[in-house]
Amino acid sequence: MSENTGTMPYISFLHAESKHKGIFKWILSTDHKRIGIMYMMGMLGFLLVGITFGFLMKLEMLTPGKTLMDAQTYNALFTLHGVIMIFLFIIPGLSAVFGNFMLPIQIGARDVAFPRLNLLSWWLYVIGGILAISSLFLQGGPIDTGWTFYVPYSLRTGTNVSLPLFAAFILGFSSILTGINFVTTVHRLRAPGMDFFKMPLFVWAVYSTAWIQVIATPVIGITIILVIVERIFSLGIFDPALGGDPLLFQHLFWIYSHPAVYIMILPAMGAVSEIIPTFAKRTIFGYKAIAYSSLAIAFIGYFVWAHHMFTSGISDTSRFIFSLLTFLVAIPSGVKVFNWVATLYKGSITPGVPLLFVMMFIFLFSIGGLTGLVLGSLATDVHLTDTYFVVAHFHYVMFGGTVMIFFASLHYWLPKMFGRMYNEKVARWSVGLIFVGFNMLYFTMFILGYEGQPRRYWDYLPQFQTLHVISTVGSWILISGILLMIGNLHRGMKRGPLAGNNPWGGKTLEWTIPSPPPVHNFDEIPVITHGPYNYGDEEVK
Amino acid sequence: MSETITHNQMEHIHTEHVHRDDFGAKIGMWLFLFTELLLFGGLFLLYMAYRLQYSHEFHIGARELNIGIGTFNTIILLTSSMTMALSIAAMQRSRKGLSLFLLASTIALAFGFLVNKFFEWSAKFGHGLYPGSETLLGKPRGEYLFYGMYYAMTGLHAIHVIIGMIILTFMFVFIVRNSITSTNYIKLENSGLYWHLVDLIWIFLFPLFYLMR
Repeated sequence: MSENTGTMPYISFLHAESKHKGIFKWILSTDHKRIGIMYMMGMLGFLLVGITFGFLMKLEMLTPGKTLMDAQTYNALFTLHGVIMIFLFIIPGLSAVFGNFMLPIQIGARDVAFPRLNLLSWWLYVIGGILAISSLFLQGGPIDTGWTFYVPYSLRTGTNVSLPLFAAFILGFSSILTGINFVTTVHRLRAPGMDFFKMPLFVWAVYSTAWIQVIATPVIGITIILVIVERIFSLGIFDPALGGDPLLFQHLFWIYSHPAVYIMILPAMGAVSEIIPTFAKRTIFGYKAIAYSSLAIAFIGYFVWAHHMFTSGISDTSRFIFSLLTFLVAIPSGVKVFNWVATLYKGSITPGVPLLFVMMFIFLFSIGGLTGLVLGSLATDVHLTDTYFVVAHFHYVMFGGTVMIFFASLHYWLPKMFGRMYNEKVARWSVGLIFVGFNMLYFTMFILGYEGQPRRYWDYLPQFQTLHVISTVGSWILISGILLMIGNLHRGMKRGPLAGNNPWGGKTLEWTIPSPPPVHNFDEIPVITHGPYNYGDEEVK
Repeated sequence: MSETITHNQMEHIHTEHVHRDDFGAKIGMWLFLFTELLLFGGLFLLYMAYRLQYSHEFHIGARELNIGIGTFNTIILLTSSMTMALSIAAMQRSRKGLSLFLLASTIALAFGFLVNKFFEWSAKFGHGLYPGSETLLGKPRGEYLFYGMYYAMTGLHAIHVIIGMIILTFMFVFIVRNSITSTNYIKLENSGLYWHLVDLIWIFLFPLFYLMR
C-alpha cells in the first residue's frame, strides 16, 4: 500500500516550472494546489502570532493585578488575538487550504472555475493580513475594541480602528471571491458521472460554506465601511449622539458574524466525514442526511444572529424567537454527530492520528455544543453572558471543533500534498499534550465563568487564582503540544518517509492520483460510476 | 524527470488556457451581483429602520432634495442601460464600430450622471447640508440621519458608477484589440450585467430619497 508502484514519471505540482522565477513561481501561480499551500503557510504564520498573544494574555492572568502588562495592553491583546484568529486564521480555515487543494481533485477537475480570481483572493488575504498587523505599529496604538468592534466605543476610541477594520473588509472580499469560485466550480466542473449525491461530503461542506460566504459576508462589508466613514465624516448612522442606533450595528454585525461561525465549522465537519469512513473502513452512515444537514446548518445559521444580543435590550418576543431558532441548529449538528458515531460502529477501525484528532473533536465539540444550549436559553444566558463561560464555550466549539479538525486534516492530507509521512509516535504525543492542555486551559474557564469571572477583564478577585493558575499552566502544555505537532509535520514534509499514493486506503478521488499530485491532477478526467465511500462493495467482493 | 517532460507539461499548460466556460463565467457574475445587492441591502435595512423611527423628519429632509436633477439623472442612467444592452447586441452581430460607439455613449452618460451628482452635492454643501456641519447639527436628529443615509447611499452608488466606468473603459480597449469578438463577448456581457445593477440600485434610491416626500 505504501509503495509508489507503476506510476509513470511525472512532474509534481511542487516542482513544476512556469514562466516565473524563484518565489514568483508560487506567489503568481494560479494552480489551486499551490494556492492552497500558500494559504496554509500564511494561516499557520498568523496562528502562531495569535497563539503568542493568547499565551501572553494567560500569563498576565497568572496573578491578580498586574503581572506583566498594563490594562490597555491587555485590551489590545485580546482584540488582536480575536481579529487575527478569526479573520486571518479560522474564517479562511479549512475551506481556503483544503478546499482549494482537495475540492477540484475530489470532483475530478483540473482546477477551480476561475484560477486567476483564486490567486486574487489569496493576494487580498495577504494584503488584509499585512494591513491588520501594520495597524499595531502605527500612531494611536493598537485597536482596543474587542474583535466585535461595537459602536459607540469603536467610534470614540483614539486607537487605530479604521485600518484593522479596512483589513477585515478586504479579507471579507477575499472570502466572497473564494465562495463565488467554489460554488461555480462545483456546478460546472464535476467529472462526468459525478452527480451531486456522488460528491464526497467534504465537497458538500465546502459548497455549503461557499454559499454562506457569498450570502453573509457583504453585510459585514457594508457595516465595516459605515463605521470607518462614520469615524471620518460623522454620518450619524451608528452614533447615538447624532440620532443613530448602536443596536442596528449589532444586528448588522451578527447577521454576518453568526453565519461566519458556520463558515468556520462546516468545512471541518466535512473533513470529519472524510476521515471517519477512511479509518473505519466503512461506507459513511447516512450520506444524504449528512449532506443535507450541511445545507440545513447553512440555512438556519442565517436566522439566529440575535442570540448574541440577548442582553443588549431587544424585545422579549424577538428573544424568544431567536432562542428557539438557536435550539434548532442543534438538530442538524446532532444528525451529523450520530451519523459519524454510527459509521464507526462495527467498523474496522485503525486509530491513526487523524482519527485520534477526530475523536478529540467529537468529545470537545459535544461539550461545546451542549454548553451552547446553556447560553442559548434566555434565563441562563443572563447569568452567564460576558463571563468566561462564553469564552470557554467559544473555544470548545471553535478551537476544539474547527482547529482540531484543521490539525486532523493536516495529518490526513499531508502525505497527499507533499508525498511524505510524519512521525506517527511524535504525532501521538502531540495529540496527548494538546488534549490535556486544552482541557486544563478551557474547562477551568467554564467554572470561572459560572462563578462570575467576567471576560475581557485584566484583573480578578483572589479567590479565582487557583483556577486561573491551572488554566495558565494548561496553556503552556497546549502550546508545547502544538509546537511539537508543527515541528513534526514540518519534518515529515521535508524528510519524512515516502507515503505512496494512498497510505490510508482512502476511496475518494484524491487517493487515485500520485502524491504529490501532478500539475493537472488527472491525465484523463475520470468517469464516476459509484459513490465516494464504497467500502461495502469491496467487502462483497 | 527529463527536460522533455517539462516541455510537454508546458505545452499542456498552454492548451489548458484555451478552456472556456461562458456559462460558468455568468454564474460567477450573477453570484457577485447578488453580493452587491446584499452590500446595499445593509443600507436599505438601515434606511428602513430610520425611516420608521423618524418618518416626519425624513419627510422634511426629502423636500430639500432637487427632484429635477434626480429625475434627469434617472433618465440618464436608464438611457445608459439601453446603450449598454445595444452595444452587446451590436457586438453579437459583428458590428464592431457600432458597438464601440454605443459603449462610448454609455461611458459618456455615466460621466454626465456624475457631473450632475457633483453639482447636486456641491449645492447641498453650499447650503451647509453636510455631515458634521453647524447647520445640520442644529437640525433635529432625524434630519441629520436623513442626510447621513443620503450621502452614504448615493455616495456608495456613485463609487459603483465610477467602478462601472473603469470596467467599461477596459471593455472598450478589449474590443479595439479584438479580444472581445462576436463569438467571444462574455466579458462585455458580464460588464453589461454589472452596469444594469448600478442602474437598478439607482431606480430604488431615486424614489426613496426624492419621491417619498
